[in-house]
Amino acid sequence: MKRFADLYARLDETTSTSRKVAALADYFRDAPDQDRVWTIALLSGRRPKRTVTATRLAEWAAARAGIPMWLFTDSYAATGDLAETIALILPPGPGGDDRGLSDWIDTVRALAVADDAGKQAGVQAAWDVLADRERMLFNKLLTGGLRVGVSQKLMTRALAQATGLAEADLAHRLMGDWDPARATWAGLVLAPDPGADLSRPYPFALAYQLDDPPESLGDPADWATEWKWDGIRGQIVLRGGDWHLWSRGEEVMTDRFPEFARLADYLPPGTVIDGEVLAWDRAADAPQPFAALQPRIGRKSVPKKLLADAPARMLAYDLLEWGGQDIRARPFADRRAALEAAVAALPPAAPMGLSPLVTAPDWAGIAAARDQSRDRGAEGLMLKRHASPYGVGRKRGDWWKWKVDPFTVDAVMVYAQAGHGRRATLYTDFTFAVWDDSGGLVPFAKAYSGLTDAEFAEITAWVRKNTTDRFGPVRAVRPEMVFELAFEGIQHSPRHKSGIALRFPRMVRWRRDKPAAEADRLETLRALLAKG
Amino acid sequence: MATPLLQPTDRGLWCADGDFFIDPWRPVDRAVITHGHSDHARPGHGAYLTTDAALPVIRRRLGALQADTLPYGRTVTMGGVTVSFHPAGHVPGSAQVRVERGGEVWVVTGDYKTTPDRLSEPWEPVACNTLVTECTFGLPVFAWEDEAAIAAQINGWWAQAADEGRVAMLGVYALGKAQRVMTLLDPDIGPILTHGAVEEMTAILRAQGYALPATTRVTPDLPKAALARALVLAPPSALGSAWARRFGAVTDGYASGWMRLRGVRRRRAADRGFVLSDHADWPGLNAAVRATGATRVLATHGYTAAFSRWLAEQGYETGVVATAWEGEALDRAPDPSDAVTE
Repeated sequence: MKRFADLYARLDETTSTSRKVAALADYFRDAPDQDRVWTIALLSGRRPKRTVTATRLAEWAAARAGIPMWLFTDSYAATGDLAETIALILPPGPGGDDRGLSDWIDTVRALAVADDAGKQAGVQAAWDVLADRERMLFNKLLTGGLRVGVSQKLMTRALAQATGLAEADLAHRLMGDWDPARATWAGLVLAPDPGADLSRPYPFALAYQLDDPPESLGDPADWATEWKWDGIRGQIVLRGGDWHLWSRGEEVMTDRFPEFARLADYLPPGTVIDGEVLAWDRAADAPQPFAALQPRIGRKSVPKKLLADAPARMLAYDLLEWGGQDIRARPFADRRAALEAAVAALPPAAPMGLSPLVTAPDWAGIAAARDQSRDRGAEGLMLKRHASPYGVGRKRGDWWKWKVDPFTVDAVMVYAQAGHGRRATLYTDFTFAVWDDSGGLVPFAKAYSGLTDAEFAEITAWVRKNTTDRFGPVRAVRPEMVFELAFEGIQHSPRHKSGIALRFPRMVRWRRDKPAAEADRLETLRALLAKG
Repeated sequence: MATPLLQPTDRGLWCADGDFFIDPWRPVDRAVITHGHSDHARPGHGAYLTTDAALPVIRRRLGALQADTLPYGRTVTMGGVTVSFHPAGHVPGSAQVRVERGGEVWVVTGDYKTTPDRLSEPWEPVACNTLVTECTFGLPVFAWEDEAAIAAQINGWWAQAADEGRVAMLGVYALGKAQRVMTLLDPDIGPILTHGAVEEMTAILRAQGYALPATTRVTPDLPKAALARALVLAPPSALGSAWARRFGAVTDGYASGWMRLRGVRRRRAADRGFVLSDHADWPGLNAAVRATGATRVLATHGYTAAFSRWLAEQGYETGVVATAWEGEALDRAPDPSDAVTE
């Protein structure tokens, strides 16, 4: 674990991207094979599952450190990270252990099947031999929370530097459903068998938000315009008589959306389609709001009623593989034509349709279409150059998303809670309220992003001085501070006291100029329900 | 019931019998000052009493003032109350204040650190009935490594930066931390450069006889060659500022007790964080309470609620005294005296 801890420290000790990549590349050049495989897994979100609950781990650590549980909880609140809190309160570790990362991961995985006493004994034994910083990583492995501050993209770049292989090829190899416990360095990275994994998706092509005026993109005739639907971006992979549905987060969603099984009856094997999974309103032949899809995300299997209430349909954006050939390098216009031909062959009742193109002669016409996005249940538009390949990851130039402007509301902060990770000791997680008809404040949203560290520091000092009540880690504060919140959508929600729920609320501005009395009213939000 | 020997007021901790305040934050007639940090030594008081060693810095920061001094351990009597200073181990000249009336003893720690360094007069436990203690780092996650281990980390970082042709810039408070770091540096690695605010405090302490290595103040006419293999000591507020841009390729770090927390370290977005504090850590706070023999402990700035609850569970009589003292600031506005430029 020492070597991995060294890598973790090197990544932690610099904010420079090139230094991070260099540190990783060094590691990938000569760490033991199985440690390299696990490092790739950890850096691409394939963490071992949690083997011990946070609560039990905290109890064992407090007992080991000889402190009461409340003091552990206070320490955790100040530190903002459970694994780190434990590493800091335990008596100093001896270090000198020379087992590698994969070896320790085996230990962690073995603990998953132990009983409670066995888990405690195993964890204590590990704490007793590991150095402080190794303990923190071990704890994170136990809780399934090990994250390293390097994106998958940078990890792939480092791997490319270390192996001399092309970054895009590596990105594709690392996609899909491989198991780090069984994968080998040679099989995964160096010389994978292309037919080994029939379920493997392609890396998703992503886009940045268009901030400049669309005229900056040149001739509109060079561009295809699509609706950007508000569902789950997905990739349907049909190969070898089987099918898989992948989310953008590389999660397999196949079992959650059984209706797509029928696609295998109509589309030939060797077909991969990128599209948006939506809950479909059959009567209106239009997408239902995102909220209708939500109950289908969380569960492994789908009850009949849900299948009937929120039937899934994919609106297809792009064709990545056809006849078993990877066609991502061909121009979008060609891929689109092939996609249209393929989807045209589907019967009307099939759970897939074509995501229509928006046609307008000029940018003004396209902008006018964008203004109708919400009415159609879309978040905005996607602009794709006709000549563009299907890229790997987020790139500038050929694809842009052009989302509609968010809704905004001015709200009063009523509760504050300290953040986690790099926001430890700062109050960053706020609950907001608006005025109701009786002149009271109704909490309606939580938000924790959008302000600068300096603003959070200033608000933290204010929260400390203006606390009116405490509920564990949550502080009630004087209702004086007003913030402008932005959000993407609004829904009825019987579960919330305010009766509404917002989609992606975040702070966009601290309204120092506004007294609390001038914050928005609940009826203003209710009026948006029709649109959101 | 007799008046308590010390009581909190909106101006500071007040001794009614002696009619003086300890480290008051609003103007008073008579102020007893533990040390020169700006949250403890403030302007505008009628008369100041502090240690011999602390006065030069206080004068420099606050300008002309009416001040008396006492060496550590010597007593003075005010209105039937005996007052004396005892080393706090926080920064050079820093003191705890012992206050006695008719055999009842209170000690106000000011800011303190129980482990010795190579510069400050080492902390001494002072027997008392009531201890008023700071607890900036009053949680068990705060436990400091040996100073020698931290020195090795700083020197290792500096030497590597020097070998790579980068300037190492360390954010440190101008009074105390900066000079303590100087005593830890290996002068064979390269030259030590200082920001004006750091050099000013260093010069005063050097003139007082504290043993400090040679330093060079950064000025606009400093030749580029002087930056080779250099380590720069600057107030935290100077890191990332226009002032810092002149150094070209830089690796930056902070030295503070808060660097114990990875989240804070990452928030500062510096390359390195060295866990070096001039305050007592959790084991130090606990050891200090035990060593004084106090039966009552009042906690001031820091994790007061947690520390006093912890002590109450050990059988101490406890309380929390609200003060305007800040200890080692985490995310506050920079110390005004750090704003001194070249």
